[in-house]
Amino acid sequence: MRIRRDRVGEIHEGDLTPMIDMTFQLIAFFMVLINFTQTEQDDRVKLPDSTLAKPPENPPDFPITLHVTRTGSVVIGGQEILELNALKPYLANEATTLELQNKATADATIIIRAHQDAATGKVQELIRLCQESNFEKFALRAKEDVGN
Amino acid sequence: MKIRHSTGSGQDKIELQMTPMIDIVFQLLVFFIMTFKIVSQEGDFNIKMPLAAPNAGLPDDNDLPPMKVRLQADEDGVITGISLNEQSFSNFPSLHNYVASLIGDERGPGSNQETAEVELDCDYNLRYGEVIKAVTAVSGYIDPDSGEIVKLVEKIKFAPPRSGG
Repeated sequence: MRIRRDRVGEIHEGDLTPMIDMTFQLIAFFMVLINFTQTEQDDRVKLPDSTLAKPPENPPDFPITLHVTRTGSVVIGGQEILELNALKPYLANEATTLELQNKATADATIIIRAHQDAATGKVQELIRLCQESNFEKFALRAKEDVGN
Repeated sequence: MKIRHSTGSGQDKIELQMTPMIDIVFQLLVFFIMTFKIVSQEGDFNIKMPLAAPNAGLPDDNDLPPMKVRLQADEDGVITGISLNEQSFSNFPSLHNYVASLIGDERGPGSNQETAEVELDCDYNLRYGEVIKAVTAVSGYIDPDSGEIVKLVEKIKFAPPRSGG
């Protein structure tokens, strides 16, 4: 009788094709869904909901994002400013940047991302401060309300 | 002369090294899974509000008078009263229905929809979320049939802030 011996050193490889198929599908799925554009978000701010808040078709040319936290402090470019008047140099800085690009301050849009429980008076004071720095266009940002 | 055949009969498969590729692919997969975060979309309500609003002549008689929406709040910022031109409303949907009836269905240049203006007059402590609700109520609604946004009042401004805090 002949005895069949397994050859020594042979590796039994499973078929890898279905696994690689699935893995690529998963990668493609996550790649499509990943979103780097929302980097201007701030964890301290929980936006109010609105059913009408749809992403703008034409994003503003010169957005300046200001976050208003629950306590009323303002966050600009990652810096938290507790006293509203201390924001003036930052706004002047933005105005200079616009001027260098031959744009008026009226061309810029101030995007206000305020916490839903922040006092309205704080937001209004912020708007007034921006107006004093000659900014005219404002956008109140809200989160799209999809759940009903 | 001896001709050397390539090993085997020519039906041999070329074995690819799978291990490095799978390594990288899994690395990518883990990266995308880790950075994955569901974000809800954000949208803006535009307000154009220069400091010294130039008075654009006398208002046309046909235009609607500016609608003054007054939002009152208690010390904790909870909303206690909504009124439009001295008429009070119990909630935002009723305010919305009233504004919608004022604006009517006419659209286009010169229509009520184009000229109407809302001024928001809010208490200092009022929670900002309520302001957005009021803006939502006056600025439009979603048509239940088409799912499109129907715009009502587009010109929205704030009254000077009330002192407090």
